[in-house]
Amino acid sequence: MKPSRRQLLIGGTVLGGGMLLGYASMGPNRPERAQAMAAGAGEHFTTTWLKIDPDNKVTVYVPHSEMGQGVHTSMPMMAAEEMEADWDLVQMVQAPADNVWANGPLGKGYILGETPIPSILTGLVNASFFKIAEIMVGQITGGSTSVRFTGQYGMRVAGAAAKEMLIRAAADKWNVNENELVARLSYVHHEPTGRSASFGELAAAAAEYDPPVNPTLKERKDFTIMGTSKPRYDIPSKVDGSAIYGADVQREGLQVAAIRQAPVFGGSVKSFDGSAALAQHGVSAVVSTGDGVAVVADNYWRAKQALDLVEIELDDGGNGAVSTDSIFAAFHSDLENGDAEEDFETGDVAAAIAAGGTTIEAQYQVPFLAHTCMEPMNCTVEIKDGKVEVWVGVQDGLTSRNVVAEVAGVDPENVTLHPLMLGGGFGRRGPSASNFVHQATKIAMQVEGPVKLLWSREEDVQHDYYRPATASHMVATLDENGQPTAWVNRYIRKDEPGEASQIPYAIANQSIRYVESPVHVPYGAWRSVAHTQHTFFNESFIDELAHAAGKDPFDYRMALIADKPRHTAVLAKAGKEAGWGTPLPEGRVRGVALQQSFDTIVAQVVEVSIDETGSPKVHRVTCAVDCGAVVSPDGARAQIESGVIYGLTAALFGEITIEDGAVVQENFPDYEAVRMAQSPEIDVHFVESDAAFGGMGEPGTPCIAPAVANALFALTGKRVRDLPLMNHDFTSGPRLASAAD
Amino acid sequence: MTISVTINGEQKELDVEPDMPVLWVLRDELGLTGTKFGCGIAACGACTVHVNGEAMRTCTLPVGSVDGAEITTIEGLSGNGPDLSALQQAWIEHQVPQCGYCQSGMLMAVSGLLAENPNPSDAEIDAAITNICRCGTYPRIRAAIRSLATA
Repeated sequence: MKPSRRQLLIGGTVLGGGMLLGYASMGPNRPERAQAMAAGAGEHFTTTWLKIDPDNKVTVYVPHSEMGQGVHTSMPMMAAEEMEADWDLVQMVQAPADNVWANGPLGKGYILGETPIPSILTGLVNASFFKIAEIMVGQITGGSTSVRFTGQYGMRVAGAAAKEMLIRAAADKWNVNENELVARLSYVHHEPTGRSASFGELAAAAAEYDPPVNPTLKERKDFTIMGTSKPRYDIPSKVDGSAIYGADVQREGLQVAAIRQAPVFGGSVKSFDGSAALAQHGVSAVVSTGDGVAVVADNYWRAKQALDLVEIELDDGGNGAVSTDSIFAAFHSDLENGDAEEDFETGDVAAAIAAGGTTIEAQYQVPFLAHTCMEPMNCTVEIKDGKVEVWVGVQDGLTSRNVVAEVAGVDPENVTLHPLMLGGGFGRRGPSASNFVHQATKIAMQVEGPVKLLWSREEDVQHDYYRPATASHMVATLDENGQPTAWVNRYIRKDEPGEASQIPYAIANQSIRYVESPVHVPYGAWRSVAHTQHTFFNESFIDELAHAAGKDPFDYRMALIADKPRHTAVLAKAGKEAGWGTPLPEGRVRGVALQQSFDTIVAQVVEVSIDETGSPKVHRVTCAVDCGAVVSPDGARAQIESGVIYGLTAALFGEITIEDGAVVQENFPDYEAVRMAQSPEIDVHFVESDAAFGGMGEPGTPCIAPAVANALFALTGKRVRDLPLMNHDFTSGPRLASAAD
Repeated sequence: MTISVTINGEQKELDVEPDMPVLWVLRDELGLTGTKFGCGIAACGACTVHVNGEAMRTCTLPVGSVDGAEITTIEGLSGNGPDLSALQQAWIEHQVPQCGYCQSGMLMAVSGLLAENPNPSDAEIDAAITNICRCGTYPRIRAAIRSLATA
């Protein structure tokens, strides 16, 4: 049974006569806990996302972290739209990491079963329904959720409720009927008499009413703010150096720590000798965090130099013999011999295969990937008189606060977390990925005053939480017309989102099953999570089927999604805008891929050639995107561009390998990133639909690897079944096509 | 030994180890945190500033080697005036930054390029701008450069 929806809008007055409006929702299956939450939220004057001042300024408190995705602008847009606020009078404040600004609506989407729990939360979520609700209120930014949940279920509802309360206040003030009033650009107007009052003038009276629980939301056709591209609030501070990231924190008496961690995952420090380091200029302490040794100094460079002088004896936690080869050998053995759990089954694949036709089989695999956020991991902690202050940029302010409290042995109420800008997130700064927060707290417990732990890039590459390496064994059968009658996928490791392994294609008999094959390499959510591996496997393999059937891979897909109008519209748009089937310059071919992720459908058509060094060159990426309606077109376009380039880096270069239990790669030269010279032209086309808002931060990423690999097959005849592409030689092999395929 | 440099027009006498990289002098000695640490081996460009007008990566550049130099950081890119430079304005118009962490270095690298070559071709942009942006803002960086080059 689906739990019923319970929500609570909370109103109150501001000092000086304005109005505050908050919004909370809760899981109802434990009424006593829910009551406790409501009571906590009953601090009416602070549980709030909207504030209207007497001077007619609207402040929107955004309970999400800004990591470049524009959330500090899209959230206020959604609230202001429903309020009928004048955008020029709207300002934004990032909500502090405190329960009163907890991200209730993020939980509601999951609580109501309207969507699967995003992968970013795996590892935290247990089967308890209410536990999920608690996690969801952790101010988590991830899973492409902000517009879909906080915006849709929180910001819009709070904005609409505020408008209804303001109109009611005006109706009472002028003794007129509410339906004669109209809100427009932060004023309420009574047009029959020409009277008007600003939101600021009405706010104090409006705050006296109980907020309506189900205010009427605007129809999309009436949007005036959503659907327009507002300049992002955070950008001016990012062009003059004034934006403050976690790494930029300055405090009186601040010291800086550099750390060297046990290289093998699961390893620890047995003993260390820090005497030589301690003798260096500026160094004040050498301390263990259990999983590493940190040198504390008055300057990062001094700490880092002295760290080289520390002698450390380590153990490897029993993992010192593990390698990439041993991991993949176990994967392939487990795929053949392990118990395969059901993921998705329909029809009867055994009967379909037995019925005859052409059987096609392929083994795919992908490596571990690091996130390499531009800002290396860092966290500043000060412990004083039982109180803890933390300065950090994370995707999960409240859960990070709890991590600090647990390590420091204090109640979370005694921890104040100051959220700062994130120099990249991509899942690295999310829940269950908090080794650097742990370490910073442990270091702060051993020194006086505030201390900032700053990782080197080498530590960042070697102590990430990684996109898992996985493998897939695919089998399909084609009938005499080349149509697929059976699709069999056995893959390693089931991850969130649960639907990532599924295909949109109308194949009557499907068996998708998985085998767990545990590894010692820490798991992390990596932009679009399980979609990165499954889209590469599935979209490459459907391409193999098209070629085996002797059909155009674009037309082949179109025929198999004929019953899915949104997918059809998206793929058709990408094909049309890319000019699929039209001639290209000599040596250049197209490839295509299609995937739905985070409620958004994306198709990408790429144009690829082989350069003079034998490396793939991606010239152009045409993207068609259906995310329902678009809140901020320019911001959404930026997210798709970003997703494409993030995925292209992984496709071309991304590979973390393991030797002797530890990561081999160290820094950008051996864990390379796409730079300007490899960056393709990217065209983004939105295909609007009536569907609910889809996510934007991640759906741009999954398609690029298979689209490029499919183009490379068309160009060279070489089918890529493992990434990255830099491991493959494209200088040989027949050219199947020199123009459009 | 005391090292003397001019930073954003201001004379500084620095009593630090001469092998300390300029990046850490800026960030941890002078509190100029607009210049970022990205890799520590001059591979990503987040730490780019102008040394005597030339864009240079500072995470491996010993401060002792720039004695007497004029250094401009992102904080001084607008010439210390109230208005942003045309380059910074173009960055806002094209909504270039996402997380923004690499953008100080990008802006310093691009302004260095444009000072030498006000109208760079795509190939010249590719060759000169080798900084890493993990958010993938390259298409917008290119568009912003073009808007200035053709202005």
